[in-house]
Amino acid sequence: MIQVNQLSKKYNGTTVLHIDNLSIPKGQSFGLVGNNGAGKTTFFSLLLDLIQPTTGEIVNNEIPVHTSENWKPFTASFLDESFLIGYLTPEEYFYFIGDLRGQNKADVDALLAKHQEFFNGEILNNKKYLRDLSKGNQKKVGIIATLIGNPEVIILDEPFANLDPTTVNRLKKIIKELADDPQVTILVSSHDLQHTVEVCDRIVALNKGEVVKDIVTSAETLQELEAFFAV
Amino acid sequence: MKLIQHFLSLEWKSFSRSASFGTNVAIKILMAILALLYSFALLSMGIGLFYGLKENRLDPLVQVNTFLIYYFLFDLTIRFLWQKIPVMNIRPLLILPIKKSTIVHFSLGKTALSFFNLMHFFFFVPFSVVLYIENYPVDSIISWHLAMFSIVYINNFINVLFSNKDNLFGILLAIVVVLGGLQRYGYFNITDYSAPFFEGLFHTPGLFLLPVGLLLGLYKITYDFFKNQLYLDAGLATKSAIAKTENLNWLNQFGTLGTFFKNDIKLIKRNKRSKTTVGMSILFLFYGLIFFRENSHQPQVMQIFAGIFVSGGFLFTFGQFVPSWDSQYYPLMMTQNISYKNYLTSKWWLIVIATVISTILCSFYIYLGWQIYLTILAGAIYNIGINSHLVLYAGAYTKTPIDLSSSKGAFGDKKAFNLQTTLISLPKIVLPVLLYALGKYIEGPNTGLALVAATGILGFAFRDVVFTKIEKVYKQEKYKTIQAYKQNN
Repeated sequence: MIQVNQLSKKYNGTTVLHIDNLSIPKGQSFGLVGNNGAGKTTFFSLLLDLIQPTTGEIVNNEIPVHTSENWKPFTASFLDESFLIGYLTPEEYFYFIGDLRGQNKADVDALLAKHQEFFNGEILNNKKYLRDLSKGNQKKVGIIATLIGNPEVIILDEPFANLDPTTVNRLKKIIKELADDPQVTILVSSHDLQHTVEVCDRIVALNKGEVVKDIVTSAETLQELEAFFAV
Repeated sequence: MKLIQHFLSLEWKSFSRSASFGTNVAIKILMAILALLYSFALLSMGIGLFYGLKENRLDPLVQVNTFLIYYFLFDLTIRFLWQKIPVMNIRPLLILPIKKSTIVHFSLGKTALSFFNLMHFFFFVPFSVVLYIENYPVDSIISWHLAMFSIVYINNFINVLFSNKDNLFGILLAIVVVLGGLQRYGYFNITDYSAPFFEGLFHTPGLFLLPVGLLLGLYKITYDFFKNQLYLDAGLATKSAIAKTENLNWLNQFGTLGTFFKNDIKLIKRNKRSKTTVGMSILFLFYGLIFFRENSHQPQVMQIFAGIFVSGGFLFTFGQFVPSWDSQYYPLMMTQNISYKNYLTSKWWLIVIATVISTILCSFYIYLGWQIYLTILAGAIYNIGINSHLVLYAGAYTKTPIDLSSSKGAFGDKKAFNLQTTLISLPKIVLPVLLYALGKYIEGPNTGLALVAATGILGFAFRDVVFTKIEKVYKQEKYKTIQAYKQNN
């Protein structure tokens, strides 16, 4: 589904990301781990054409993301708060995204009903604009919004950060369900090795912009990763 | 003292490292030249006023003292609208080992250095110097001068104290207008009461201590007020409004455009900055009253200038900041299922609809004559055909993020200056004036209007071609724009 070729990103001569070859097949749940500055967000930003690669390219479902915009209809993402519109209520935001993805109000309502539990009563009908919600609640909105319109590729940057323990568990359940769907390719980045191992079929570890581990998840994966990141 | 130095260097960095400022040296030089020119204009006003009044056989000092009341009331009005109180930058300082009193003194001191205070120097200082040259008594000049600056700073701190009240601007503006009206039609003359006071500041020794004392008292009050408010849930809190979900279903019939319209309507309704901007665009409607009066001293060519402005209020105030209105969530717009074409088209329609509405509202100008309304119509056609495209084109180079939650800085944001957008903006006004002048020279005013309107229609006809070009520029600038919008002012 996603093919990375000779990709690199340099800032003032410093290479922050360098991936020669990486391919993510359709339906995989792909976990990206690494320390701060390892290049996780840079990779996602390149994948979403928010920054330009210095060399190479990323092809999303046979569409080179840097030259065509046609990857947008089937790709959904949530990287940070700049993916939220602060002056909308959560409902308005969901309907806005729904409109853009060709979903009517009923479709969106059905999806929201399904995730009532995840919202924990703190999101809908709360008379608050998104800008006035807490960081954790903003994140809940952003994550659920990526599910609108059955996208084939879902990209979540640090989805577990800022969430309370109960919500983290609920989120894991949601991601696992998506991972089981052969139509959905999901990419998740995290600092938290255990969460990532639990929800992903495959884990890639980045360090200083290079791929240092690429493993199919098994019973030993967590140990292997912990050994790698141990001090 | 060391601390103040730190604070100052922080301020300087936040200014000199802002996105659009650091771009290039040429722009900085141009900015410096503009600032100099501007100061020079004010300076010559300060000097020229004295001799100008004298030539008209009026006592300059008496005249100035008479109208000072309006000067200061107007100053306060302007401040309520635009002068920004920098509260947010205080937050990170709270937990550092700095005394609260230092933080408050610094923040208040910073407002004292604001442009809104400094600009008065350019008027009062040269005026006082001229008074000195013209042999007015020195001690009187000095006490009058001190009094004037005390009042300027009293205004400053009044604004600081009341910065959280929303409708003060309107109330004050109403007071100024009512007072002015009453005076104009001879019912009540406020200057009868205020002029002796300002005169007294000059002639009565020691009276200047009154405003100086008032200023000191007010500083103390402001200081105490802020010191008590220095908590995240008090003075530094961000207000949150009660939200109501609005569906605006009637816009669904416009398809994708409707989706964007819904968003833009909410954007305008729910954010201070955009509300102020749109409010200002309404003032543009009355701009023509200055130019279309029968005894207007302006050359006739300038009528088309007014014609452009009257219907173009929204275009000039709101349009010039496209796409910065969406700066806070620009990455979302760039990754959602939105093509640039759709995005730009929706903004274009918004501008066009606003222009049409303004033109209809302007029909009251028909009272002043059909010729005037025709001028406005020609201006509107030009706005729709040419200026709407120019605004969007310039937008591709607009790199200043907009903080929607702050109403201030809607005008004269020093960080927003951008040579490229300024150059693109020139033809918005200059070109129609030239076209009109040309037509008028060849045949008469109506040919001038026809030329302007025809150019507008021509621009409209080439809309698709122009849009493709603009889209290209937006794509080219996309990455720089995303980068620049990340920076919070």
